[in-house]
Formats: sequence, structure tokens, C-alpha cells
Amino acid sequence: MQVLYGRHHVRVFRFGLRLVRDEQIAEDLISEVFLDVWRQAGKFEGRSAVSTWLLAITRFKALSALRRRKDVELDDEAANAIEDDSDDPEVTAQKKDTSQALRKCLSVLSPEHREIVDLVYYHEKSVEEVAEIVGIPENTVKTRLFYARKKLAELLKAAGVERGWP
Amino acid sequence: MMAMKKILEQEPSEIEMLLPWHATGTLNARDAKRVEDALASDPDLARQYAAIQEEYAETIGLNESLGAPSARAMTKLFAAIDGEPARKASMSLNITSRFSGFFARLSPRTLAWSASFGALALLLQAGVIGAVLMKNQQPASFETASLSTDGPITRSLGPEAPRALVRFAPDARVADINALLDNYQASIVDAHGGMFRLQFGTRAMSKEDIATLMNKLKGEKIVNLAVATP
Repeated sequence: MQVLYGRHHVRVFRFGLRLVRDEQIAEDLISEVFLDVWRQAGKFEGRSAVSTWLLAITRFKALSALRRRKDVELDDEAANAIEDDSDDPEVTAQKKDTSQALRKCLSVLSPEHREIVDLVYYHEKSVEEVAEIVGIPENTVKTRLFYARKKLAELLKAAGVERGWP
Repeated sequence: MMAMKKILEQEPSEIEMLLPWHATGTLNARDAKRVEDALASDPDLARQYAAIQEEYAETIGLNESLGAPSARAMTKLFAAIDGEPARKASMSLNITSRFSGFFARLSPRTLAWSASFGALALLLQAGVIGAVLMKNQQPASFETASLSTDGPITRSLGPEAPRALVRFAPDARVADINALLDNYQASIVDAHGGMFRLQFGTRAMSKEDIATLMNKLKGEKIVNLAVATP
């Protein structure tokens, strides 16, 4: 368990943190996730990578935590509100720092979009693995990421950053 | 303007939707070939792919900046595990069969890549060990690991030296990677999947110098992705 924890806990923590946006809760999450793994090790059938299994459990735990804290749950509207309230992306764009603007915009994507972007780009999960973790059909995975990227492009454009797409 | 609106309203093509997975190298060989062919003949798609590579790099940068959990999480976990009933004996058997199943499921290509990276890691490790042995050739003396007064090997590299996550091109040869590491005075300090964490030199650099270094690195033929990390 120590080896498994040592190998995966940082990524599990970061995935959880991006979903719940609270370090304390994210730390509680990783304890819960690995305890579940300890309890359910016999149920792991090895059809998927261990990291995929861990991320699926993390996601489930994170959503449960968010449901317990309705006030921090974000939908598209809330994400847009954050975008409107904060001029950080614009300020960043004024500084001509596309990189910083991109990171700001990545942070204000909706939870659905954030998780799919993270799973593909940071956790480097395939279409099939994302479908398994999120529990949606593979085609939905592809379209969801496309629209997440389109939303990101819109946010960047609103912040004055043009990247030649779309 | 109209053209852009039209693009926005269009449903994405299958190839367009696969671009992010092509960037991360997680497509199967058939789809990867389809995407490569499309990229070679479609400048709009290539532009979109360039934007995706930026998103890919910044998503990694953003996640890497999140830090790591405190020791509290681990303490809490192992205290909870200690409180759990004793595990059944079948557990170790399950793990053995899972390991064999895991290797059986890997495609020959994945196995070949894993073996290549394994060989590279061994070579690098051998190099580091060799260098340390040569450097530390002193009259015979005994030293236990627990009483060692020397710091870890990586300490000599300096904690302030810049680091970056780098993905090498799939066709990069070990010799090319070694040459690149030499040119940049870089060392591999960590690896995860196909990503390598490199450390450059032994001294801290200014933000501008790091940006210049990253741009130069990104321009290397064998580098697919390079993003500065803490």
C-alpha cells in the first residue's frame, strides 16, 4: 500500500483538488480513496490501469464531497460568473502573457470541462480510459473535450488572446 | 467573421476531436496515422493542433503548480488502515495474477516502448553510478547507509536549478536523447509514463532565461513537449 500510495498520491491529490478546489478536502479525499482501495483490492480485476481505477474512485469521492458542500459546486453559469467577476485573464492578457492567461482560463472552466481536460492532458488518459473514469460513452468523451476546448478558446478570446483557433 | 462563425457552428470532424489524444500520444497506431495524414494536408487542422499543444503544456504546468498533499493525509490513511480488520491471505495471490494479467494485456508496441525506456533508464542509472564511483574513488573505507554524511546524489545538482517536463518524439533514439541531455547539461530526475522531468545545470535561472531555454528545447527535433515546472 505504501508503494501504491507513494506512486499515485500526488496525482490523485491534484485531480481531487482541481475538482473540489479545497486543499483540506482534497487531502481528506486521498485518505478516503486509498482506504477504499485497501478495502476493495479484491474487487480490482485488472482490466484497467491502476491509475484509471484510482482516478475513477477519486472522482466519485470528489463529487460526493461536492454534493455535501453544495455551495462550492460549480456549473457553467457559475464558471461564467467567475469569469465576469474576475478580470484576471484580461489583466494577464494585457501583460501579453498567453501562458498565464491560459492557466487562468483553465481554472475557470466548468467542473465537467476541467476534469476532462485534466484527464486527457495531465493524466494522459486515452478516450477509453476517460470514458471508464467519467462513466460516459467514448463519443461523448470526444465531443465533451472538443467543447471544453472551444469554451477555453472563447474565454481566451474574451481575454484578448487570439491563438488562430477556432 | 462569417467564416469564423461558420467554423464555430460546424460540428467537429472525427479527426479534429482526436487531436488532443494525438498530442498526448494515447491514440492507437491506426488513428495516429489518420491524424498525421490529416495534419500534413490541412493547415487549419495544423493550426488547431498547435493551439492544442499549448493547452497540453499549460494544463501540465497548472497541475504541477498545485503542489503535493501534506503528511497529514498519509498519517490519517495509515491510522485508518491500522484500524481495519486483518486482510485475507488470498490478497497476495490476486496481486500476482493481476501483474501477469497486466503484462499480458500490453500491446507489443507498448511493451517495446516500455523496454526501450527501461533500457534508457538503466543506461542513465549506470552512467550516474559510474560517475559517482569514479568521483568518489578513495582509500577503502566503510560507511553504512544510515550513517552516511554525504547528501543524496541529486543534492549536488542544486535545488534551485530549473526543471521541465519533457516528452520526446516517439522516434527519438537513445543516442539523440543522451546528446540532448549533454548539450543542455540536463539530468533526468523523474519519469512518469512517457514524460520525463529534466533538471538543467546546477544554478538558478531568471524567468526570462528559463523561457528562452524552454523555447530552445521546444525547437529540438526530438522534443514533442517541454514545459517548465517548479
